[in-house]
Amino acid sequence: MKGFQRSHLNQLEAEAIYVIREIAAQFERPVLLFSGGKDSITMAHLARKAFFPAKIPFPLLHVDTGHNFPETIDFRDRYMEEIGARLIVRYVQDSIDQGRVVEETGPYASRNGLQTVTLLDALKEFNFEAALGGARRDEEKARAKERFFSHRDAFGQWDPKNQRPELWNLYNGLKLPGETFRVFPISNWTELDVWMYTREEGIELPSLYFSHQRKIVKRDGVLLGASDVVYPVGDETIEEMTVRFRTIGDMTCTGAVESPAADIHAIIEEVASARVTERGARADDKRSEAAMEDRKKQGYF
Amino acid sequence: MTIELLRFTTAGSVDDGKSTLIGRMLYDTKSLFEDQIESVEKTSQARGDEYVDLALYTDGLRAEREQKITIDVAYRYFATPKRKFIIADTPGHIQYTRNMVTGASSAELAIIMIDARKGMLTQSRRHGFIASLLQIPHVVVAVNKMDLVDYDEQTYRDIVDDFRAFASKLEVPSITYFPISALAGDNVVHKSDNMPWYDGTPLLHHLETVNVGASRNLIDFRYPVQYVLRPNQNFRGYAGQIASGRIAPGEEIVAFPSGLTSKVKEVVTMGGNLDEAVMGDSVVLTLEDEIDISRGDMLVRKGNLPRKNNQIDATICWMSETPFDPKANYQLMHNTRLVRAMVTKLNYKIDVDTMKREEAEGLQLNEIGRVQLTTTKPLFFDTYNKNRTTGSFILIDSGTNNTVAAGMIRGVARDVDDLLDVTKDEEAARRQRSANVMWEAGALSQGERESLNGHEAAVLWFTGLSGSGKSTVAKILERKLFEMSVQTMFLDGDNLRHGLNGDLGFSAEDRAENIRRVSEVAALGLSHGNIVLASFISPYARDRAFARSIVPDGRFVEIYAKCDLDVLKERDPKGLYAKALSGEIPNFTGISAPYESPQNPDVVIETGSGDPEDLANQILKYLIAKGIINE
Repeated sequence: MKGFQRSHLNQLEAEAIYVIREIAAQFERPVLLFSGGKDSITMAHLARKAFFPAKIPFPLLHVDTGHNFPETIDFRDRYMEEIGARLIVRYVQDSIDQGRVVEETGPYASRNGLQTVTLLDALKEFNFEAALGGARRDEEKARAKERFFSHRDAFGQWDPKNQRPELWNLYNGLKLPGETFRVFPISNWTELDVWMYTREEGIELPSLYFSHQRKIVKRDGVLLGASDVVYPVGDETIEEMTVRFRTIGDMTCTGAVESPAADIHAIIEEVASARVTERGARADDKRSEAAMEDRKKQGYF
Repeated sequence: MTIELLRFTTAGSVDDGKSTLIGRMLYDTKSLFEDQIESVEKTSQARGDEYVDLALYTDGLRAEREQKITIDVAYRYFATPKRKFIIADTPGHIQYTRNMVTGASSAELAIIMIDARKGMLTQSRRHGFIASLLQIPHVVVAVNKMDLVDYDEQTYRDIVDDFRAFASKLEVPSITYFPISALAGDNVVHKSDNMPWYDGTPLLHHLETVNVGASRNLIDFRYPVQYVLRPNQNFRGYAGQIASGRIAPGEEIVAFPSGLTSKVKEVVTMGGNLDEAVMGDSVVLTLEDEIDISRGDMLVRKGNLPRKNNQIDATICWMSETPFDPKANYQLMHNTRLVRAMVTKLNYKIDVDTMKREEAEGLQLNEIGRVQLTTTKPLFFDTYNKNRTTGSFILIDSGTNNTVAAGMIRGVARDVDDLLDVTKDEEAARRQRSANVMWEAGALSQGERESLNGHEAAVLWFTGLSGSGKSTVAKILERKLFEMSVQTMFLDGDNLRHGLNGDLGFSAEDRAENIRRVSEVAALGLSHGNIVLASFISPYARDRAFARSIVPDGRFVEIYAKCDLDVLKERDPKGLYAKALSGEIPNFTGISAPYESPQNPDVVIETGSGDPEDLANQILKYLIAKGIINE
């Protein structure tokens, strides 16, 4: 790194680290939301870099829907051990058992929407004031207007018309009692940036992202991995296919893509020439055109 | 090949086609995905549009889609093999000045949209003014909807002339114009066949090649401490992002506000310690000595200090529905520091449409005013025109904690003149002025002198890297002019730095002051009927723009002595490059200090390959063609 020129990845990294440090400096009780997906792994990596040689000065929180891919959970536990971070896990199952939420029933049931309640309860339980997430503005239209420091009222809700302007690199994290922030340090990254960064930094990712053989149920054009919670209905069948996942979420709604890309170089080539957004394979966004906007207002990430 | 990053903002009035332009860039660079295209086609059909509305790609929120307007800043991304682009898409609606200010604060380039059918509107002036206020180094004027005026050249030329006339009052170093149709795709990504009279490049090509980092301050080391790391007794590190300049281990620093000094021990990152860190890098610094430093402090270099004061003169843009209250207490966030502040005086507000100053009782949402602030603790700052990071702040309402204003520091508050002093030139207002100096109307006018001399007066400003041959060519040219009985005057770094400018060094600030004095001397020479040949490296576009601004239109000829840096390093007649490369000479232009190449020079002389005699003749021909001298 000689001279004044920096690549776009260097600049995006420096910006994200700056934002993560602002969180640690401006809030007493921040938390990093960790799903086990590539964006949150990238976030954890950036947080390590932000505070090196010290450890990440806040805990990580995983909301487990109970429908996670087993690969995700294995990876999560191994990774936490390796980086010496403090992990808190909260379960959607507990919210169901406590009657906080009612589980959808039937073969198309998804726990994706239920996570929001578990998440808000967990934030309240620990009195977390700021939750860092790996959401990016390029993911979805409603996110394009999201701030780095996203203000939430005392009910955890997002009001798109009442967001603070963000100028230069000045992030206003002052708040009234009960209010919280969601913070998105990698707002300005695209899917391709994340992949290129993972390659440049040599970040390890769960095996789900790489091409593998899997039993698949095709549903409304979405390729879902067959499991206890996803099984064929009507004339649907199970097929063995070569797939990988572009995002990792709940098994009930995260679609795979057919792909031979078995290593990161192949994935970058594939992403660079992709013709469908990564969320295009997610059943939850397909419910209505403003689906994401509605879920965000309720407190979803 | 590394990919560079360019952040730009777009501004336009309602229906100028801004969202369509962005949609077009995304579409033509294949940055849109099939499911996005499909979703937009669906919406477009459902609404009964005749064509696929490209603007739908960018109007994200439901309320906007329904009302067909953009109501908040939205960020968009696309990339080409050369660059990644971050677009701050800001609405041009009358009530949304604050959004453009927000988008402009981090932008290096602004695209101002003008509808070819409507020409320049009040709002176009406002957008130009805000771009200038926020010191965006590059402005692009996109004259859109050319398809609806039959791709008429004259319509385009008239708009360009209107904007140019207006822009002479602005502080924008570079403005580039494009005739486009976002809807039809003319001159956006691909060059259009519909406008054979246009010989420039398409807009995207400009975005891919425009000089990035033109606004970066690479000279003054400023390091606002963000967070202190103490993992164990043996390690104490200061985390932060370098606001400007550069730093290396072993260099001496001063900590503000304590004033204690130390040396940088290491530049720490998880990937290993660095030999050097520069503006924009997020790093951790450790020091040789244990001195007390906490968040909000600032590390700087010993010989290059920021200003320190609690009386601040600033321009602010009001961003809240709740009007400015002169009696209220605000919190002021400046870099990593939060202090209480009071606005002690509101000097005036600026009408963003006419740029006129008006008496003001208060400030409403979207209004811009000049204020004097008092802070409870001093700030360490630079003026905004020198440093966009250490010269900016926000005001926060102490009751609601909302961000209510964006501020740009102009300096230490003195007795700032109110309405009475309506100086035309904002740049001049910013520079120090001597009190009670009146212009003595000269007994002889410039015109009288010119008619005696038989030629017009002009300033020929030679800019280029050290050793590029500026002075060589200028001297040959002067000899030729002399032989033609032309009155000349010769100014160069050597003769001025020995006397008039002997007190100045080579920091960005001193270089600016050097050029300011030279510019004034050149303007005096011009007013006395001379053709002034000024030969200065003058690396900063802003300083050259100042030199141009104090000379009458058409009388300033910027001559760019263009020569490859590698050729210069090899040529190196005075051995200066060798010394600069070894670090013996600090702040050497092209090596350890930046050179901002002129974007639109009047004459380019290829000093790397051309013969000096020929190059002097080339300039001579230009002067004759312009009617400055006769054959």
